[in-house]
Amino acid sequence: MFRPHFDLPLRNDGSQRFLPLIVALMVYLASLAMGGLLVVHDAVGRWDRGLSGTFTVELPPAPDTGKDDGAVESALTVLRKTPGVESAEPLGFERTAKLLAPWLGASIDAGDLPLPRLIDVKVDPRAGIDTAALGAALAAAVPKAVLDDHRRWLDRVIRAALALETVAAIVVGLVALAAILAVVFATRTGLAVHHATVEVLHLIGARDRYIARQFERHALRLGLRGGFIGLLFAALTFLGIAAAAAEAGVVRADIRFLPALSAPPAQWALLLLLPPAAGIIAMATARITVLRSLRRMP
Amino acid sequence: MIRFENVGMRYGSGPEILRDVTLHLEPGSFHFLTGPSGAGKSSLLKLMYLAERPSRGAISIFGRDIATTPRRDMPAMRRRIGVVFQDFRLIEHLSAFDNVALPLRVADAPTRQVKEQVSELLTWVGLAAHIDARPPTLSGGQQQRVAIARAVIGRPSLLLADEPTGNVDDAIAFRLMRLFEELNKLGTTVVIATHNRTLVDRFDQPHIHLEDGRITVERTPKGGAG
Repeated sequence: MFRPHFDLPLRNDGSQRFLPLIVALMVYLASLAMGGLLVVHDAVGRWDRGLSGTFTVELPPAPDTGKDDGAVESALTVLRKTPGVESAEPLGFERTAKLLAPWLGASIDAGDLPLPRLIDVKVDPRAGIDTAALGAALAAAVPKAVLDDHRRWLDRVIRAALALETVAAIVVGLVALAAILAVVFATRTGLAVHHATVEVLHLIGARDRYIARQFERHALRLGLRGGFIGLLFAALTFLGIAAAAAEAGVVRADIRFLPALSAPPAQWALLLLLPPAAGIIAMATARITVLRSLRRMP
Repeated sequence: MIRFENVGMRYGSGPEILRDVTLHLEPGSFHFLTGPSGAGKSSLLKLMYLAERPSRGAISIFGRDIATTPRRDMPAMRRRIGVVFQDFRLIEHLSAFDNVALPLRVADAPTRQVKEQVSELLTWVGLAAHIDARPPTLSGGQQQRVAIARAVIGRPSLLLADEPTGNVDDAIAFRLMRLFEELNKLGTTVVIATHNRTLVDRFDQPHIHLEDGRITVERTPKGGAG
């Protein structure tokens, strides 16, 4: 005697049984694409922020004689006179060797390699230092001195990241399109299977919206269910990747070979929107499909 | 109430099932629609309950020309028409109660009204004990009564029935016909397609006879009324 939610037996409909699995797969793929996008976006942002206030001055290796040629002091003098430079710190051999340890090993001997001398420079990003002029001044003071503001490297990284973000956005779009097609197919099958019942409802005066509502609620339910299943598996995958990357990417506790797979929690929370989005897309698709089909009835 | 002017109808590119049908049914009238199998009775009813469109000619129902009525207005018109289908067309996964309640629900009737009216009507047609039964568990006659209850629950202005007494015994057929007459007395226009000559003779109402898609005879009751 209770009022049923569905006049149509869609819940028992075998033709739509696989829709949640298809949606789950789609949401899983979309989650991976979006998660990758978030990680890359965050990493680029961190690199950009980290490097925007720093320069590195690279001086030629010290002469073999072991005497101080005064190059470091000359470069420091130029740097300290430049407005906007907050600090200029020469990196000793030990720190340089530590930076190269992931590639060259920890046991580098000072006499083995002609390592360039480096000066770590911190600047006020708002000062608008003319890097070309500063580079020229350094080269005039110390022949072969090079000022690296990391911009060239960072620009290449940003271009690569943008390409990755574009690919991820295309993947998400294609996944959404595939999900829409799956819902269209399932809804049309449902309409065909339940044609007799739909016709009865139509003939007793049900508006198209009344009939469509039954399909759209059903699609919403299946879409949400599939969406949460897909997100759950995506979350497990992310945890697995993060654990594997942490293990493979850290050479020593203080030296990280790969960037951490991280993004702010607010950005990860965006992924929680995927299941509702899948449900809403499924619902809207079912509604449009049913309304278009019913329009063919007199 | 219903006006057909030179109506012809065919399914797809097939032969004409109805030809040059012209008829006028006044509001509150009661008509039997008779004729042999294949004469076009069901097709004529389908045009009346707006399930099909004519191939030619003009149809007006409730004073509205069907050809110019916007599609969005059709559901409201259909809700004024009760139909007893020849094959019942009950929804198998719904109970007798829910099947009968459908016309009220699609019209957004309050739940309480639905409960009261449906229970009352199912009791009246002798199915109080089968209110929660699903159609496949009911006999043919019981299914037919559910179908009739569904057709009349919305107090339609026009009631169309295709062989409504085909699966019930004479006593129940007589009772159902009395129900149709009662509704007719309350102002519902009734059209009943039937093979049952006994029924037609017994109730002495005007009837329209179809042969090969054409109206061949329109008879008034022996009593002279109509």
